[in-house]
Amino acid sequence: MSQAATQKRSFGAFLWDYLTTVDHKKIAHLYLFGGGFFFLLGGIEAVIIRIQLIKPENDFISAGLYNEMITMHGTTMIFLAAMPLLLGLMNAVMPLQIGARDVSFPFLNALGFWLFMFGGILLNLSWFFGGAPDAGWTSYAALAMDSPGHGVDYYVMGLQIAGAGTLMGGINFLATIVNMRAPGMTYMRMPMFSWATFITSVLILFAFPALTINLFLLMFDRMFGTAFFDVTLGGNTIIWQHLFWIFGHPEVYILILPLFGVFSEIFPTFSRKRLFGYTAMVFATMLIAFLGFMVWAHHMFTVGLGPVANSIFAVGTMAIAVPTGIKIFNWLATMWGGSVKINSAMLWSLGFIPSFTIGGMTGVMLGSAVADYQYHDTYFVIAHFHYVIVGGTVFGIFAALHYWWPLMFGRILNEKMGKWSFWTFFIGFHLTFFIQHFLGLMGMPRRYWVFLEDQGLDLGNFISTIGSFFMSFSVILFLINIIYTAVKGEKALADPWDGRTLEWATGSCPPPYYNFKQLPLVRGLDPLWIEKMEGNGKMTPAEPLGDVHMPNSSILPFLMSLGFFIAGFGFIYQTENPLWYIALYGGIGFALLCMIIRSVKDDHGYYIKKEELEREAS
Amino acid sequence: MSYDPSLFPKTMPENPERATLEGKNKFLGLWFFLGGETVLFASLFGTYLALRNSTAGGPTSEELFGLELVFLMTIILLTSSLTSVYAMYHMRNNDFKKTQLWLGITGLFGISFLGLEIYEFTHYITEYGFTFRSSAFGSAFYALVGFHGGHVTFGVVWLITLMIRNAKRGLNLYNAPKFNTFSLYWHYIDVIWVFVFTVVYLIGKVG
Amino acid sequence: MTDNINTENLKAFRKQKNKEAMKRNLISFALMILVTLIAFIVVATGAVESMFAIPIIVFLAIIQVGFQFYYFMHMKDKGHAMPTVLIYGGVWAALLTLAGLVLISWW
Repeated sequence: MSQAATQKRSFGAFLWDYLTTVDHKKIAHLYLFGGGFFFLLGGIEAVIIRIQLIKPENDFISAGLYNEMITMHGTTMIFLAAMPLLLGLMNAVMPLQIGARDVSFPFLNALGFWLFMFGGILLNLSWFFGGAPDAGWTSYAALAMDSPGHGVDYYVMGLQIAGAGTLMGGINFLATIVNMRAPGMTYMRMPMFSWATFITSVLILFAFPALTINLFLLMFDRMFGTAFFDVTLGGNTIIWQHLFWIFGHPEVYILILPLFGVFSEIFPTFSRKRLFGYTAMVFATMLIAFLGFMVWAHHMFTVGLGPVANSIFAVGTMAIAVPTGIKIFNWLATMWGGSVKINSAMLWSLGFIPSFTIGGMTGVMLGSAVADYQYHDTYFVIAHFHYVIVGGTVFGIFAALHYWWPLMFGRILNEKMGKWSFWTFFIGFHLTFFIQHFLGLMGMPRRYWVFLEDQGLDLGNFISTIGSFFMSFSVILFLINIIYTAVKGEKALADPWDGRTLEWATGSCPPPYYNFKQLPLVRGLDPLWIEKMEGNGKMTPAEPLGDVHMPNSSILPFLMSLGFFIAGFGFIYQTENPLWYIALYGGIGFALLCMIIRSVKDDHGYYIKKEELEREAS
Repeated sequence: MSYDPSLFPKTMPENPERATLEGKNKFLGLWFFLGGETVLFASLFGTYLALRNSTAGGPTSEELFGLELVFLMTIILLTSSLTSVYAMYHMRNNDFKKTQLWLGITGLFGISFLGLEIYEFTHYITEYGFTFRSSAFGSAFYALVGFHGGHVTFGVVWLITLMIRNAKRGLNLYNAPKFNTFSLYWHYIDVIWVFVFTVVYLIGKVG
Repeated sequence: MTDNINTENLKAFRKQKNKEAMKRNLISFALMILVTLIAFIVVATGAVESMFAIPIIVFLAIIQVGFQFYYFMHMKDKGHAMPTVLIYGGVWAALLTLAGLVLISWW
């Protein structure tokens, strides 16, 4: 199934291509589209929250709807926007950076995407079928058990399905990085983004199973009458909190480490200077991941674990600031003495430095168990995590999109719109969230659908809401930028930023569908830069030109995920009517059938013949 | 099966399961998956340990568990682990018939284990009214032991599928990794069982 | 002609190595059965106080699992560095999970 050069094809063919693709670059497009869509949904939910809080005792939406809004805003943004966008970036870039032709398990890659997509759709269908989950994105067991209606059931099934997809993605990236690096690329010659992908994938591998079990426990309790969280039968709701945060804390490191990798690519490229302290950066990333597993109970300081437990977790929490600080200093040192170019990607990266640092600082403040008794469940916490997630993850995603847009789509995003987008977002972000530190210190609790007047909270909330309008404008402008670029944008050359790493070395932007005609020989860190400095201009091949093995496309990942999606409805509604067991068993059965077909039907892929590659060269 | 001559070498390599790129990928993929499963089962074990005394007036672990049955199940599963090692031994010696034989024996042991476990659960439900819903201890017990049993069941189905599909093919570099991947998975569920019988049944009897 | 002899020698050498590995596996199996027996006997006879019995049987379980990983699953062989790292990583995350759920959950 070879592709002719540029060929007009029908929309149907285009759709089928994307439904059945196992190509990591196209799967990256799918993740970006899906993640981007849910980012918009999450953003709308955020604006609705802020409008409700624009003035005291507002009645823009009801209390119940407000609870659904905050729950869905958090759940959507973390699980359905940030994670998929990151998986998309890792899919688009990592295999190219390590000089591979695809990931280890292309079929599994596609399956991971479709599971995420169907899980996200399932979760959001709750809006239309009786109400979204309303127990917070953390869905603590007591409240979640009592939540009437099926909202929380949608939460459980949607996240279970989407989470399975993420776990597959993690295993896939790990195997790819261990097994498929180009000749000469030792671990310590891997670019930082690939290192970040590796370590993030380890975090995914160890964190998601805890969530899986936690969701099963809640599912069994709500849908099948078990007693894990039923105090009358001996259950214990603290189990939910432990398992949730044993997942949840590594999760936030999953959200930030890839972006640390992104910044470690952008700063050197646009300072025309190598990354300062590469080895320290690698080990700092490892240390952050390691410590990240040992601090989960800092979300539970006020639960009553006792002073010994609280102290241990407080110290661990503060310790994470050290490797993080090392990274910030190394980025600054990378720029120092470099020839710095300020474009959109750089603006987002520069904006990240103070914003994330502030977020990290308030994190250390929250890490003091004693002080946290005052901060807990106030807007101070909300300010903190938005500073790190928006200031870190969202800024980083925008930076990465500007940087790698040429690689992924063959065009450069419009700079003027890019700069306007950045500044309006940056201003809006700080307007919204800086104020919230003080609202929290003044005692405003979180997750409250109204606040009372004459408590000194009116002006702060008003300004906070105005900030959200700035951010909305910015995102709309970014969308316009994407559409404009697709229609009239400047086409990208093979190496638009004079890059240092292998993703820019395939000969075109975007790369050909087989990535590298011949796998490149890697001679050191920043392999493309080494060749440029030697006067070669391009990579030396590590193998003779030969037939290239490619994987076959398949509709099975889509179908399998559809099966689990249908089964999800079965699980949710079987409490009401036993007929729903048809959907439950039918869906699972269909998914299992797809698995068996996959196991039984041979799939050896296909070969691109040497002659065809030679033709494409000329 | 499309004929790719590189998958049928004249002399099979020493480790046929890792001789191809696909083989190396499958090998790593499964090991990493097992790392994740470790945390999965740890969450279940933790939940069980937290709730094992919450019997809600129902039967306790001392009253319920019978060590003879558990010992028998343990020996069966452990032996099935050995038989799968034999299967892989014959695979490395390129003896397809013996590989199939020992895999078949492994499957039979697996099915016996499941049969005994079903008998055990039925016994608890009918004799003691000890169910998934009767107490937090019940929920935790059946979740942990049930998840393990579910993994064994999945393994047996996987084995049967592999054996039927490859019955007429002989050993080659395409199916060697598949057999090895299964074998690693099968060993791992014995690893988990070692902790299940220790933490659930033995500690359950010791108190 | 020499090619055939070389292949035959190679096959014989590999067969011998495999046989030795299988023998080690068989010894491992016997030890695993022994360890299982000891654990069951410790509990069944009630000979040891529970305060000591529990660490003993957990220790025995770890030994048995060690045999399973290192011998049956070949973790001691070449090419198993990454799997070893990831399994120990998983064990570490598992221990943290257990510690949290056992030591600081008392409601």
